[in-house]
Amino acid sequence: MAMTVHCNIVSSEEAIFSGLVELVVASGSLGDLGIAPGHAPLLTQLKPGPVRVIKQDGDEEIIYVSGGFLEVQPNMVTVLADTAIRANDLDESIALEAKKEAEQAMSNHNAELDYSRAAVQLAEAAAQLRVLEQLRKKTGR
Amino acid sequence: MAAGKEIKSQIASIKSTQKITSAMEMVAVSKMRKAQDRMAASRPYAERIADVIRHVANSNPEYKHLYLQERDVKRVGFIVISTDRGLCGGLNINAFKAMIKVMKQYADKGVEIDICAVGTKAGSFFRNYGGKVVAYANHLGDKPEVKDLIGIVKVMLDAYDEGRLDRLYLVSNKFVNTMTQQPAVVQMLPLQAEDNDGLKHHWDYLYEPDAKALLDGLLIRYVESLVYQGVVENVACEQAARMIAMKNASDNAGNIIKELQLVYNKARQASITQEIAEIVGGAAAV
Repeated sequence: MAMTVHCNIVSSEEAIFSGLVELVVASGSLGDLGIAPGHAPLLTQLKPGPVRVIKQDGDEEIIYVSGGFLEVQPNMVTVLADTAIRANDLDESIALEAKKEAEQAMSNHNAELDYSRAAVQLAEAAAQLRVLEQLRKKTGR
Repeated sequence: MAAGKEIKSQIASIKSTQKITSAMEMVAVSKMRKAQDRMAASRPYAERIADVIRHVANSNPEYKHLYLQERDVKRVGFIVISTDRGLCGGLNINAFKAMIKVMKQYADKGVEIDICAVGTKAGSFFRNYGGKVVAYANHLGDKPEVKDLIGIVKVMLDAYDEGRLDRLYLVSNKFVNTMTQQPAVVQMLPLQAEDNDGLKHHWDYLYEPDAKALLDGLLIRYVESLVYQGVVENVACEQAARMIAMKNASDNAGNIIKELQLVYNKARQASITQEIAEIVGGAAAV
């Protein structure tokens, strides 16, 4: 049996995932990270994007997080998400709409809109779409 | 029968009070269930982030964050969480008492005190008590959100960053069960490392991107989560305390009504007896 490590994914609203995993793939602020059992202690910030966990039995679960922190301890991995949504619960149409809205807001310079907020919204929407893409690839196979 | 009439109107007024208190009790019961669910839902995050912070406090970081350093105490900050409404027994007063005890210890040493009040009750109490209220938030409702609290937490953290505060406490009620709520005064900053951990050897995290930015973000998030958890828990405490208080009030009203009814019946009986005696007396005289 493959080596496993305990993984907890929590958002401020609820506990999303808890269990033994073989691998955790998350999008850190400097790029994607793969955490396997035995990883050195690590603390990093997360960008909006997917967190992919490969569970003990080889099943894969994809969770969307809107940012947060990842902590790696010798015997466990913790993801502290701002908000987390299971990929299956994501709504593509809402994500697309949010993306369009944000792009419009950003190109529309004369309106005194909050540029940074629009940028955040765009990044989140794009990340959600990326998660959906991944999910589709997985189920399509 | 003048006294009888008075007693009757008194009974009627107590009955209507009882109706109100029993209605409030039922409202509190249903709200308490939801508040308890909400409290349970946000608990995993609070526990996990506390774990992470404990690890951080026990590590030997290359960069010692401000929130991990003990300083000479010249001024202390308290974030006190209370309810917006009354009629919930001794819930608020118990928390305030626990806080005043700690405040007194500091006041005796000549340490100054800043207060951040959450909830109408804390605001009005500490304005009367004579504390310096630097931040105030109220009407958070039954579903408090983190974004409502960020502002006041920032006020206190900014003060801490600038050295105007050297310690930060959180005062709130802990939900033990429906019958018991325990007031707690917890030191949030600086973080206290525990020495009993088996992780005492020299180790440190790998940080991405760098320790300073990361710890800044994480520690602020930690304080916010503590305050948020405190507020959510306080809502559950409030409903539970109100439920108990209103149950007691309804029961007491019932007892008073019973007693008054007895007094009324006695008075009625006495007046009837007297009337009969008068009639019989009158008939005998004829």
